Amino acid sequence: MSRLALALGALVAALFLASLVVGPAEAGAGQSLRALVLGDGTPLTLVMREIRLPRALLAVTVGVALGVSGAAMQGYLRNPLAEPGLLGVSGSAALGAVVAIHTGLAAAQPLGLPLAALLGAGIGVGLLAALAGTRGGSLTLILAGIALSALAGALTSLALNLSPNPFAANEIVFWMMGSLADRSMTHVWLAAPLVAVGGAVLVTLGRGLDALTLGEDAAAAMGYGMGRLQVALVVGTALAVGAATAVAGAIGFVGLVVPHLLRRLVGAQPSRLLWASALGGAAMVLAADIAVRVVLPERDLKLGVLTAIVGAPLFLHLVYRTRRDLG
Amino acid sequence: MTALALRNLSVTLRGRDVLRDVSLSVAQGEVVGLIGPNGAGKTTLMRAALGLIPFAGESDLAACPPSERARRAAWLPQAREIAWPMTVERLVTLGRLPHLGPGQSVGPEDRAAVDRALDRLGLDPFRDRAATRLSGGEQARALIARALAQETPLLLADEPIAGLDPAHQIGAMQTFAALAGEGRAVVVSLHDLGLAVRHCTRLVLLGGGRVVADGPPGEVLTPARLAEVFRIRAFHADSEYGPVWQALDVLEEA
Repeated sequence: MSRLALALGALVAALFLASLVVGPAEAGAGQSLRALVLGDGTPLTLVMREIRLPRALLAVTVGVALGVSGAAMQGYLRNPLAEPGLLGVSGSAALGAVVAIHTGLAAAQPLGLPLAALLGAGIGVGLLAALAGTRGGSLTLILAGIALSALAGALTSLALNLSPNPFAANEIVFWMMGSLADRSMTHVWLAAPLVAVGGAVLVTLGRGLDALTLGEDAAAAMGYGMGRLQVALVVGTALAVGAATAVAGAIGFVGLVVPHLLRRLVGAQPSRLLWASALGGAAMVLAADIAVRVVLPERDLKLGVLTAIVGAPLFLHLVYRTRRDLG
Repeated sequence: MTALALRNLSVTLRGRDVLRDVSLSVAQGEVVGLIGPNGAGKTTLMRAALGLIPFAGESDLAACPPSERARRAAWLPQAREIAWPMTVERLVTLGRLPHLGPGQSVGPEDRAAVDRALDRLGLDPFRDRAATRLSGGEQARALIARALAQETPLLLADEPIAGLDPAHQIGAMQTFAALAGEGRAVVVSLHDLGLAVRHCTRLVLLGGGRVVADGPPGEVLTPARLAEVFRIRAFHADSEYGPVWQALDVLEEA
């Protein structure tokens, strides 16, 4: 258990350092890190502190949010195909951001976009709670989430449809692909506390999710009622994923693939999968964000596009392996 | 000492009376067999006693706060769910969850309880196997072991021996009897009346949502009640091997 934690922690630390030293500014690794820590007033310090550090911190923040909420969703629904996007929170956060771009709020206010996205996520969760109630019932929750996602998707399409000019449409489409480029420390301060609180709420689910392995009735008899688990799941996921989407856009497949990859290594125990997926998610987003800078440095490859391109075949492989195991 | 006390318990599900005015008291040292035809309300009675469904009347167990209740009674539902491919040992260890304080991890005491439970069900050779890959009967035994590992004064088990081979059916019933011998109490619903007669200290016969009879097996399973509630005729005798009960044939509708 602790060995896996150490290995994942070391992986995250290594990728974090790599993320700090990879970029278009020509500078050695040692020189870059020295500039970051000592702050010698050179342009390199500025690059490190204002561009690369927030980018790496956001990668960790977003990865933790997606990883832990993916593991929580799968544990709660007892389904390895569940992912945080099922609740419709990321869809409604994206809708908020799109409305901000559409109305020009995003251009007028530096924090207009993420704040509008957070507002969208908040409204989405409100609707979800009103639709699914808090009395438990995972089927109602999924159906409400799917309805919410569909509504948010339709309204996003409407915004695109009615976009005032091609540039706005362009901006909307590119934002929705998800990226960590050109973010500032303000974005970190906005997202990190919300992800921390959301992640903490989700981690408290651990034992309840373990008990849920035995079914809803057995879990309830052990003192873990579905109602309370569902409230914690929805609140935690909304905070973490809402905040992550608000600063980074929609980044798919991380919440789906990471818990799937790590399940074996934690002995399939949902509580241990939570923190393992938090670290694994951070590692995956850091790695993907390094890759977008290395693979096509000139073309601004979007992070969400890369995670989907890498994640989907990986997921197909996992499905294949699962099928073979079952057969 | 009583392990469970129910007074005038009634359950209405979707406007239908499933249970009406059931009063039942289970003492330590008893193995109570809950019998009755399909739909008699056996599962509903146990779930209501635990407070898992709304009911009218009194249940001392449902009145407890959930965390305390989980240390007083273990519940083994009929549906055998094992959602993730964890090892049998890990699965059985889930039974220790109610005993762990916040942030406390599994200690030597918990491991000893898990070992005892695995041992009782003969699951030691399966300890490191993925529970989801076991056969249906083996999974059922692993889930019984999980409930035993909870080491509660009361065990409520819903058809725990359905689908087990004869040796393990008898073994499970003997385990319940052994728990009772240690001063605990077991309420077990089952359809195999032959095993119920041999291994339960007391039978509670449910029919139409009411307690039709409650007492020692020989007194509960009279020909008249078998005809009325189960619509069967049976052979019942005390032999040198203990009580023998065998269903014979279905009675025609009167």
